[in-house]
Amino acid sequence: MNELLRTILFLPRQASTIAEEIDKLHYFVIIMTMGGALLVTLIGGYFLFRYRRTAVQKDPSRRMPGTTPAIWLEVVVVIGLFGMFLVWWVIGFRQFMDIRVPPENALEIYVTGKQWMWKFAYPEGANSIATLYVPAGRPVKLILTSRDVIHSFFVPDFRLKEDVVPGRLTTLWFEAKEPGRHDILCTEYCGVSHSTMRGEVIALAPDEYERWLQGKSPAPAIAGPVDLRPSPVTEYAPAELVNMVRQGERAAAEHGCLRCHTLDGTPHLGPTWAGLYGTTVPLENGGSVKVDEAYITESMMDPLVRIHVGYQRIMPSYLGQIRPAETSAIIELMKSLRDVRPKPGASAPWGTVTVPETREGGQ
Amino acid sequence: MSQATIDAETRPDPLGVGADHPDYLRADSGLRSWLLTKDHKRIAIMFYVGVILFLGLGGIFALVLRTELLTPEQTFIDANTYNQMFTLHGITMVWLFMIPAIPTVFGNFVLPIMLGAKDLAFPRINLASFYVYVLSAIILLGAMVAGGADTGWTFYVPYSTTSPTAVTWMGIGIFVNGISSIMTSVNFIVTTHTMRAKGLSWHRMPLFVWASYATSIIILFATPVLGMSLVLLALDHAFGLSLFNPRYGGDPVLFQHLFWFYSHPAVYIMILPSFGVISEVVCSFSHNQPASYRAIAYSSLGIAFIGFFTWGHHMFVAGLSEFDAGVFGALSMFVAIFSAIKVFTWVATLRGGSISFATPMLYFLWFLFLFVFGGMTGVAVATQSLDVHWHDTYFVVAHFHFIMVGGTLTAFLAAAHYWFPKMFGRLYDERVGLLTSVAVFIGFVFTFLPQFLLGNGGMPRRYFTYPARYQWLNVLSTGGAWLLGAGLILALGNLVIALKWGKRAGPNPWGSRSFEWITASPPSKHNFEETPEIERSAYEYTLSEEVARERAKAR
Repeated sequence: MNELLRTILFLPRQASTIAEEIDKLHYFVIIMTMGGALLVTLIGGYFLFRYRRTAVQKDPSRRMPGTTPAIWLEVVVVIGLFGMFLVWWVIGFRQFMDIRVPPENALEIYVTGKQWMWKFAYPEGANSIATLYVPAGRPVKLILTSRDVIHSFFVPDFRLKEDVVPGRLTTLWFEAKEPGRHDILCTEYCGVSHSTMRGEVIALAPDEYERWLQGKSPAPAIAGPVDLRPSPVTEYAPAELVNMVRQGERAAAEHGCLRCHTLDGTPHLGPTWAGLYGTTVPLENGGSVKVDEAYITESMMDPLVRIHVGYQRIMPSYLGQIRPAETSAIIELMKSLRDVRPKPGASAPWGTVTVPETREGGQ
Repeated sequence: MSQATIDAETRPDPLGVGADHPDYLRADSGLRSWLLTKDHKRIAIMFYVGVILFLGLGGIFALVLRTELLTPEQTFIDANTYNQMFTLHGITMVWLFMIPAIPTVFGNFVLPIMLGAKDLAFPRINLASFYVYVLSAIILLGAMVAGGADTGWTFYVPYSTTSPTAVTWMGIGIFVNGISSIMTSVNFIVTTHTMRAKGLSWHRMPLFVWASYATSIIILFATPVLGMSLVLLALDHAFGLSLFNPRYGGDPVLFQHLFWFYSHPAVYIMILPSFGVISEVVCSFSHNQPASYRAIAYSSLGIAFIGFFTWGHHMFVAGLSEFDAGVFGALSMFVAIFSAIKVFTWVATLRGGSISFATPMLYFLWFLFLFVFGGMTGVAVATQSLDVHWHDTYFVVAHFHFIMVGGTLTAFLAAAHYWFPKMFGRLYDERVGLLTSVAVFIGFVFTFLPQFLLGNGGMPRRYFTYPARYQWLNVLSTGGAWLLGAGLILALGNLVIALKWGKRAGPNPWGSRSFEWITASPPSKHNFEETPEIERSAYEYTLSEEVARERAKAR
């Protein structure tokens, strides 16, 4: 049944763990839609025929001018319809939450869109262009951003899509059911070569994936969509693998982050990065915020919008100073420090510290 | 033609109007009498010519697009031209055809007559509205020649602010177009409030007036937001204001909020007038009062109100929070409920009627199928998890063309046939009308039904080249588009021929009780000799002919 409907409706393969669930709702919704439209049209057509002028003139008893239909019928139909829409909404929203909230243990990969290509960076240091390698049977979380205009990352086989917005990080997660190859299409119009901004996801068996990460495996021979040429892995594998955490340390040092932030929990001018990621911090103007990719990026680009309570408003903006890849690397560094325990007292406010007046790279 | 000949040609009018005065088409002659007219009927005819021209232009763009998509790789135009074409198709169809079409042509023509008024409240503003529309068209056409635009009609930043094309001028053109819309809508609102004939209470008004009134309210509240967003966009494009540019701390998603805050209600600006047309057509041809007058009248207002709170469903994958997505999804479903109430009421109106079958009625049947299918796929795309797959694919393209073409264009054609005798006093050829209507429907279904499947298959919209597995559905769609184009040309040709050679219609060829038919067809310059007195509602088909005429006295 599933296969039959999927073929009739021209839906692609169900390659992610959530695809089949979504398709089931799809069948329900489309069948009701088609049925509803046909039913209304048939009833309308029947009335047109039954109450046509010539017939009514022959049989005047058919004519009932000014009769209003029973109000209960209308109420029942409307409530029934509303109930059905509500069911769609409840199922759809629950599935949407499943789509949106990645599991804790998801593998993280950074995706950068630019006119007109996709670039993927792996925490272990590997990176690739146009082809995203993922392990099958393991949740993968993509952290996406764009270097120029808005793009949208779409994998039809996974039933997933998320806009890739410059100046923001968005996320998307999936779990490929088994090894295979799947199209990536850009679905937000992004200029003259929009329709060629395609790529593919190659899901590998976990051990194959590990080998690929170390730059060893040759191109896997996996059947894919007929219209995509297989792209050899070695073409894109970097000569030297630099772990993203190491890259982050380098970037943090180069940009002077470590003049105010510490990595080992020592209290200093800015909040320490040790154990910071994933926690919820209080804000100066009341409220609190979870330290995630979005908040970290915001704090780099526009630090004074939401500032950790107890810290002075001294951080400069890094907007335009720091490259997206460096942003990702610094975030990855902070993630690597999430389990480092801050030294006692580190979370105490730093009201007493005097700020040197001539700080290099200051406000 | 001398005065005497005209009078001899005009059949004696049973309602006593028109016989002693020439109709509005012949009341004055000469180009000046048209270009400087303050007669709402002549302004409507001028708008008619305008919107048909732009329907043709937008249609040509559409056929170029569809023909290009016959093959997966380049067929006959390059990627840049293709991107220009879909942008210009969208801009032309939305702002130069779809939004003005029914209100400025049929609204302008019949709304004052339906209210028993001699003209709209502000005839000069009405004429100005036409010239502002022409100005906006000139600016837009100029911009098309001087660089065009390749941003899509949605102008998403930051692409649109960096595009080398004439985005600034497009923005200005659409801004000016909005002024024209606002002028017409203010005119409609004031006319409906202040110029109703004696005895014509709100609940006696024809339903088309309710629909036009609700549309005018949306135009009045939503269009300024569009104007503002486009001015900001134009400033960004021309002078680097950078309000939406992340490089300088701007937010591109903010533009999407502003744009859709207008453009979602704009969908109802485009579809509500067609609801009005359909209500008129159904009641007139089934010679029956609407199954529930209030349900149809108030649901228009309901849609107008709820329509302002659903814009977020365009942004489920644009970084909207999950909570917002849930709320916007649920609110969107209310619009469908209001629309469903209308559909049920129309179908129930047929029951117990005495239905004369003519071309407008056939268009109503098509409307029923296309609008219900298009509307329910609208609820489907408001279902969050499904929208993640469908968003920005051909499914969405098919969905909104079902509403816009299947709904609005079908209703426009129904109105063009239904009010043809009213506007020109002649009858079109009914058999040709029915045949062309069938051609339009079949062409439409072949154009857009395959696009639902393309969207399911994952083909994104605005793709110049596409994976080869989508080809056969694209070929079907292109064939359908050609048939649709041919059907439209023949349908319009039928009407144009009837302008000169059609049979004389008489004042009320359909036997309608709606008030625009109580005067002569075509009406004289001032519609009525004196303000009519109305003592019944627009749909009292239970009354006998004489009583009905007596209770809506017109001279």
